[in-house]
Amino acid sequence: MIEVKKLNKRFKNLHVLKDVDLKVEKGEVVVIIGPSGSGKSTLLRCLNLLEVPESGDVIFEGMRINDKDVDINKVRQKMGMVFQSFNLFSNMTVLQNITISPIKLRNKSVEEANRIALDLLRRVGLQDKADYYPSKLSGGQKQRVAIARALAMEPDVMLFDEPTSALDPEMVKEVLSVMKELAYDGMTMVIVTHEMNFAKEVGDRIIFMDGGTIVEEGTPDDIFTQPKSDRLKEFLSHF
Amino acid sequence: MNFDFLPKYYNFFIQGTKFTVLIAFFSVILGIIFGTVLSLMRISNNKILKSVSTAYIEFMRGTPLLVQLFIIYYGLDFSRLIGGEFGDIASGIATLSLNSAAYVAEIIRSGIQSVDKGQMEAARSLGMTYRMAMRYVIYPQAFKNILPALVNEFIVVIKESSIVSIIGIHELMYNADTVRGVTFRPFEPLIIAALIYFILTFTLSKLLGKLEGRLKLSD
Repeated sequence: MIEVKKLNKRFKNLHVLKDVDLKVEKGEVVVIIGPSGSGKSTLLRCLNLLEVPESGDVIFEGMRINDKDVDINKVRQKMGMVFQSFNLFSNMTVLQNITISPIKLRNKSVEEANRIALDLLRRVGLQDKADYYPSKLSGGQKQRVAIARALAMEPDVMLFDEPTSALDPEMVKEVLSVMKELAYDGMTMVIVTHEMNFAKEVGDRIIFMDGGTIVEEGTPDDIFTQPKSDRLKEFLSHF
Repeated sequence: MNFDFLPKYYNFFIQGTKFTVLIAFFSVILGIIFGTVLSLMRISNNKILKSVSTAYIEFMRGTPLLVQLFIIYYGLDFSRLIGGEFGDIASGIATLSLNSAAYVAEIIRSGIQSVDKGQMEAARSLGMTYRMAMRYVIYPQAFKNILPALVNEFIVVIKESSIVSIIGIHELMYNADTVRGVTFRPFEPLIIAALIYFILTFTLSKLLGKLEGRLKLSD
């Protein structure tokens, strides 16, 4: 579904991604782990071109999307993204946050968009918060709304950029359980996270990044119980 | 204190206030329109538009309003171009609005830039175009940030409009000074003028403060 070939990205003099190759199959849950500064978030953000790679290919559903003449907005409608800092639209209620893109981009009627949004809110356990503004929600609630907002566009893949890193420990669970359900429903997911237990449990494949390259990848069992590289062993010893 | 002159001369203050309100009103409206254009130029990616706007803003903020007024009134001879008393008023409004636009532009720019970057990223990640993201997400939030500073700018314009009395526009300051001259009372007419200015600015800030309060609902 997503294929990345020889991806390179530099921030000024810093070479953040070095010839990275990655493949994500439909229905697969890929978890990217690694120390901070390893380039894992940048790699994720290159998948929907929030960061524009310097060279290489990002291929989504058979199309090279980092071409100049690709309508990236159309592509992004099929790729949901969830951010570390939630980024709910603070000028809109929870319901409006979820319905704005289906209404404006998919020409859904307000009634239909509301119906879908309330369904999604029920799924993430927040149906009673529809008319709240984001400022009135806890971090965990915000993140669950953010997931619902991304799902409202019926994406083919969901990208998660450290979705629980800004949360208090007791709120991490509620977000992870929503993500787990999503994974069991067969959603294709690419997740950058520091939650190793979650990675172990939900990931079909784990990717360990360091210094802008993929150092090791494999099943959770490969990565967590039989790590090969010293770098990965050293990284896992912190948890 | 002796306000005995008031029954005879009160009309000077009323007429003057009318002119002050008229001049300030049009200066604020034109200042907002021109300032919005300037701020959009300033945040655009076009280098020429950006530097023209930046240069204009820096120049207007770095030179005295009085000098700007004289450049437009005497230097460009704006009044003769249009003619008569209306020409004088046009010079005054032109100066005040061109000056205010520079400040308004900076207020709008910083208001837009103070919206968290994540808001734009989230909007774009959903597939919205840059324009849609600005319209539905960034501008509404920026407006809330901008409003208090903009109200302040309105108040500045009302007060600064007194400077156009120098080119002979019969607004509040000019008429108060006229009353001072004919009544030989140096103090009272100016106190009345000050009071009227205060009532104008205070009312405005209270009215717009209410609007602000209503916009705060989502905080």
